[in-house]
Amino acid sequence: MKDNPLRIEDGAVNFGSVEVFRHLSLEIARGEFVAVVGPSGCGKTTLLNLLSGFLKPSSGRVVCSGRVRMVYQHDSLFPWQTAAQNIALGLRDLSSEAERERQLKGMLRLINLEEFAGHYPHQLSGGMRQRVELARALAGDTDILLLDEPFSSLDYLTRLRLRRELARMLEELPRTVVLVTHDIEEAAQLADRILVLSDRPARICRELHVRLSRPREATHPEVVETVHYVLAELGLEQDKENRIVTSLSQ
Amino acid sequence: MTEKALPAKVRLLPLLVLVIAVAVWYVLSLLHVFPQSVFPSPLAVAKGLGEEVSTGRLMDDLVASLFRVTTGFIIAVALGVPTGLWLGHHVRSRFALLPAINFFRSLSPLAWIPFAILWFGIGDIPAIFLIFMACFFPIVVATVSAVSSIPSIYFRVARDYRFSGLELLTKVTLPAIAPQVITSLRVTAGLAWLVVVAAEMIAGRDGLGFAIWDARNGLRMDLLVAGMIVIGVIGVVIDRILIRLTRIRSVRWGYER
Repeated sequence: MKDNPLRIEDGAVNFGSVEVFRHLSLEIARGEFVAVVGPSGCGKTTLLNLLSGFLKPSSGRVVCSGRVRMVYQHDSLFPWQTAAQNIALGLRDLSSEAERERQLKGMLRLINLEEFAGHYPHQLSGGMRQRVELARALAGDTDILLLDEPFSSLDYLTRLRLRRELARMLEELPRTVVLVTHDIEEAAQLADRILVLSDRPARICRELHVRLSRPREATHPEVVETVHYVLAELGLEQDKENRIVTSLSQ
Repeated sequence: MTEKALPAKVRLLPLLVLVIAVAVWYVLSLLHVFPQSVFPSPLAVAKGLGEEVSTGRLMDDLVASLFRVTTGFIIAVALGVPTGLWLGHHVRSRFALLPAINFFRSLSPLAWIPFAILWFGIGDIPAIFLIFMACFFPIVVATVSAVSSIPSIYFRVARDYRFSGLELLTKVTLPAIAPQVITSLRVTAGLAWLVVVAAEMIAGRDGLGFAIWDARNGLRMDLLVAGMIVIGVIGVVIDRILIRLTRIRSVRWGYER
């Protein structure tokens, strides 16, 4: 479809003699939430860098129409700015001061950190910092959100809480999302579509659709089933072919 | 435990140390371990200090020294930080120039004294030159190291949020290096204060360095000690002033985490 905001057509990426991708084709529809999982070092972050335009493909074509924001693993907030000032970076392009102020207040409310607006990143907990990162990336008129293992440095309970928050934020501010993660449960809980990448040179070895509405419980049978399916695909669990539920399709 | 957490009584300890030191000094002077002419008593020094204050000479010397230190230091910062920024961003220039900068940094500024006098005579300018030579190179090196240790993620984010040119410099690079640069300013200001005394002893006709040299020539050890005390106190005051820079809210992150 021509209208898809993110497309890779027969893309290849090489770093010297290392072939990261070969014949990679991918289309992501507007408003879709795609999660990318795969073995460590298979090129998940490279894929995001390709989509964000930070990296040019060695061959093939990458189309990215719309304004992109990226959320990094951790510590990408400017430590010399307060939570509010960091979020305001996302609103830089708005010309009206009053509108910026209004939206900033709205974002702080959305992430429940109104009381911490004047705090600096080092004064916030890891979970709070990632919420500020999400708010910064979601603020303003953007279309595409690229998430590079955004919750990987957090403890399990905070991760669960932030997944729910992200789902809630996206409900209010819909975006096309690509989430790179090594946390398969996270992918199953959040994504409309999960891409399983193979070892290098990476190709998409499986696509799973999850049709359950968000927010989803981590223990919902379909989420659990999806996790199983991805693990099986990665060769980490016995494949129970006969237990594939109807909501999963290739 | 941070110093702020100490109980009030404990915080008076430095004062106690001072009192004990003066007492020991007083006892030593009473015991005549050294002849009184080369070991003045605290009372003699206090009298000498009073004399210097009342004649106005102390104030004149203080102003002369502070003027030289401030001027030399400001010129060194104004040229050193931009040079450090430039070298921090340009690998080739850094590769070419850093060895030379390290060479000059390792050279005691006092080695320049003969040239300072031959080139600039006696007075403010040789002292300012020497202070500049003492401060410029360490500031450059500290700035270069601060710039090259900025996590690349900040530039990545800056690119995401479309910072470029002057804005990238003022809103990303400078705040990112501020804590490290401030620390180097504290160190180099201390250095400047050390150097001005030495410079004035040889290339001065006034200033605190000249005052203690003059006292020594006149065998006025009481005035010499009075001068030493003033120099020490001013050094501490300068550091206290510069330490305030580390309390600026937007640089606290560099010291607290």
